[in-house]
Amino acid sequence: MFYFKLILRNAFRHKLRATLTVVGVAIAILAFGLLKTLVGLWYLGVETSSATRLVTRNSISLVFSLPIAYQDRIRQVPGVTGVGIMNWFGGVYVSEKNFFPNFAVEPKSFLELYPEFVLSDGAKREFIVDRQGAVAGRKLAEKYGWKVGDRIVLKGTIFPGQWDLVLRGIYRGARKSTDETQFFFHWDYLNESLRRTMTRRADQAGIYVVSVARPDQAAEVALAIDATFRNSLAETLTETERAFQLSFVSMTEAIMVAIQIVSYVVIVIIMVVAANTMAMTARERLAEYATMKALGFRGIHIAATVFGESLFVAVAGGLLGIVLTFPAASWIEATLSQFFPVFNVAPATIALQFGAALLVGVVAGIFPAWRGATIRIAEGLRRIG
Amino acid sequence: MASAAVPIVALNDVVKSYRRGDQIVPVLEEITLDIAAGEFLALMGPSGSGKSTLLNLIAGIDRVDAGSIRVGGIEITTLSETELAAWRAVNVGFIFQFYNLIPVLTAFENVELPLLLTGLSRRERREHVATVLSLVGLSDRMDHYPSQLSGGQQQRVAVARAMVSDPTILVADEPTGDLDRVSAGEILSLMDRLVKEFGKTIIMVTHDPRAAEKARIVRHLEKGILTDEHETSISPVPGP
Repeated sequence: MFYFKLILRNAFRHKLRATLTVVGVAIAILAFGLLKTLVGLWYLGVETSSATRLVTRNSISLVFSLPIAYQDRIRQVPGVTGVGIMNWFGGVYVSEKNFFPNFAVEPKSFLELYPEFVLSDGAKREFIVDRQGAVAGRKLAEKYGWKVGDRIVLKGTIFPGQWDLVLRGIYRGARKSTDETQFFFHWDYLNESLRRTMTRRADQAGIYVVSVARPDQAAEVALAIDATFRNSLAETLTETERAFQLSFVSMTEAIMVAIQIVSYVVIVIIMVVAANTMAMTARERLAEYATMKALGFRGIHIAATVFGESLFVAVAGGLLGIVLTFPAASWIEATLSQFFPVFNVAPATIALQFGAALLVGVVAGIFPAWRGATIRIAEGLRRIG
Repeated sequence: MASAAVPIVALNDVVKSYRRGDQIVPVLEEITLDIAAGEFLALMGPSGSGKSTLLNLIAGIDRVDAGSIRVGGIEITTLSETELAAWRAVNVGFIFQFYNLIPVLTAFENVELPLLLTGLSRRERREHVATVLSLVGLSDRMDHYPSQLSGGQQQRVAVARAMVSDPTILVADEPTGDLDRVSAGEILSLMDRLVKEFGKTIIMVTHDPRAAEKARIVRHLEKGILTDEHETSISPVPGP
């Protein structure tokens, strides 16, 4: 109790210094948490991908499409329970700055393949029957103030022209991590237009999304699909949805590694700052430590008070940083939803933040605690006055 | 040389030097000194004569190069750091020139400090602290922080802290060095009272002849050597 009292009073002896140190640690822990969350989210598509979904694409590159005729042949491969067409549309809403992921899909198979996009039965029916129908994620609809029944015009960048669509449903994510900023409309609507205007690009699928009954069938089915189209004009590459997502993420691996490094550098910097503050604090109190030792307190007692103070300041800053992470994450999610559709702080990130704060406290306290514990009494007493 | 009474502090051929760079600077040379229980001894001498070093050695906060020091029958030069810390907690009360109070603790808490190392209960500690604060006349200031007290009051808190664990010896290093004349007089009277009424043994380092006059015996140190001994006009103190 006495030591706790001494630690607490010592910690706030210089209020400005203590406040600045706590705020410094809080900002560092906040930055660390946000950067860790960012890195985690980058891999979110990988982490949340379905184990029973495969993606079949052109083996040369994702840029090349596959003939529509492949759909029935894939459906006949043993183990396949569903096949859907998906084309990256790349349209923008009103102007270039209003970009969000948008795809042309086959509505019926899409809704079966992606149960994580939750729509009412009525909305599903409306979407399926309306050739110009579209569905949007909740956050996307909120951002642009869309309501069911609104007319939405997308400007094509890959497929030139104005694309008139009617919002038939607004989906919610089944999980908190589900992306609610995407937009889907009928592949038939796209294809019919292409048949009229760009015949060469018609009847082509960007990718096929394939479902299997059990995850353990995935490898076998993928091999079977690719074997079906071997030596054809458009050979396929089938991989799990996870591997498909990972191929995108790996393109930006270097950026993610850099962000990871920066997140740790932030902690190292605050560690040095906190260590300097604690060293300065301990240096000012050497006479007090010497006095306590003269009175019979042992080095371990002195070390405990110095170490405790360092931990207290770091943990106070850490907790403040953790608390601030949540509003900061909400603000990022609301403001930068086109880049970060989901910005949830994972429990593991909070644990890491707390661990980092503890580490800052421990490292910052080591040298001053050692100095206080080993100070020669006669030498320490000379430092007063 | 030796006092007639049984010595509570006995130094025998104590040698101490310091290293300054490559040089070894002798500070104390073969000091032999006995101090009787209940004695009030003043150590005087010019700066650098080694009086504070001698006091530190007796108080067990510095180590001898050679020789022996017995306090209350215990040879302290052979104790380990941990043993020495435990020994100091029980046997030595410190009074410093600049009071050396912990600024974040109240007068009461500062006085209570040495008792935290004992097995006393909270209630017992409170009683002890209240008693010594009353003795030094600061019962009404026990909740004040050092910064809220005058220099004289701070030194009285330091005296109370030195007394609270009822140590074998009290060591005082220039206890009046930072005080005005009135406060210094009060502190010296208080120390005199501790010797006369409570039979305490006090070893005091001082530059101040007026302070030294309060002691019963004055010893002079010159360049690390004890020179002469003389008794002051103060009447001999009764035994403990």
